[in-house]
Amino acid sequence: MKMMNCKDATRLMSERYERTLSLRERLSLKVHTAMCKGCSNYGQHLDVLRLAAKRLREG
Amino acid sequence: MTTASAQAAIPPWDDASITAIRRDMLRFARMHLRDSGAAEDMVQEALMAAMTSAKRFAGRSAFKTWMFAILRHKIVDHIRASSREICGSDLAGSSEMDAGLEEFDVLFKRGGHWNPEDRPSTWSDPEASFEQDAFWTVFDICMNNLPEHIARVYTMRELLELETAEICAALGITSNNCFVILHRARLGLRVCLESRWFQGEAR
Repeated sequence: MKMMNCKDATRLMSERYERTLSLRERLSLKVHTAMCKGCSNYGQHLDVLRLAAKRLREG
Repeated sequence: MTTASAQAAIPPWDDASITAIRRDMLRFARMHLRDSGAAEDMVQEALMAAMTSAKRFAGRSAFKTWMFAILRHKIVDHIRASSREICGSDLAGSSEMDAGLEEFDVLFKRGGHWNPEDRPSTWSDPEASFEQDAFWTVFDICMNNLPEHIARVYTMRELLELETAEICAALGITSNNCFVILHRARLGLRVCLESRWFQGEAR
C-alpha cells in the first residue's frame, strides 16, 4: 500500500465529516496520523473548528 | 423545568438582555448573509416569531439558544429561497467554484508532506478560548478572510447544518466540488486561527 502523504491526509480528515471513508482510507489515515504529529494536530484542529461552529449555533 | 417556570425565565421584551441577544443575532445573521439588509430582516422575523410563539418555550434549552434556533431556521429558509433566485448555473460554471487547492500547495513540500514552518502546532486549551470575546472577533476576521463562495458553503454546512447534498443542489455544484470547497475553508480557517490566535498574536 502506498504511504499516504500529509496533503492527502488533510483532505481525508476533512472529507470524513462529509462521507463515510472506506476501510482502506480509514486504516491509511490512522497509520499516517499515528506517525505524523502535524497531521495529528490538524485532526484535532478540525474538531476545534466543529466545536466552535456548534458554539456559534448556540449563540 | 416546567412550562410555567420556563415562561417565567423569559425576560420582558424591552429588557436589556433582549437587546443584547438581538445584537448577537444580528452579528450571527451578518456572518451568514453578508447583506446587512437581509440580516436585519431575518433578525426582525425571528424576533417576531419568538414573540408570537413564546408560550411554546419549554425551557429545554437556554432562552438565547431557543432564539438562535428560530433565527437559524429563518436564515436557512432565506438561503433556500435566494439559492433558487441566484443563478446556480453561473456559480457552478465560475472559475472560482472550480478552483482547486493550488493556493494551499505552498504549505506542503514536493512529496506532499508539511513544510516544517507550516506544520500544525499544538493548540493549548481551545475551549478556554471560546469563553473570550476576543477569540470570536478573530474567528469573525478569519471567516471574512475566506473568499465569499467558500465562506458561503462553509456556513451552510457548519453553521446552518445543511446536508452536503442539499448544498450541492442549492448551488448547482457536484459533491466532489463541495468537498474540495469545504476542505479549502477548513484549511484557510485553521491557518488563520493558528496565526492570529493560537500562536499568541491576538492575546
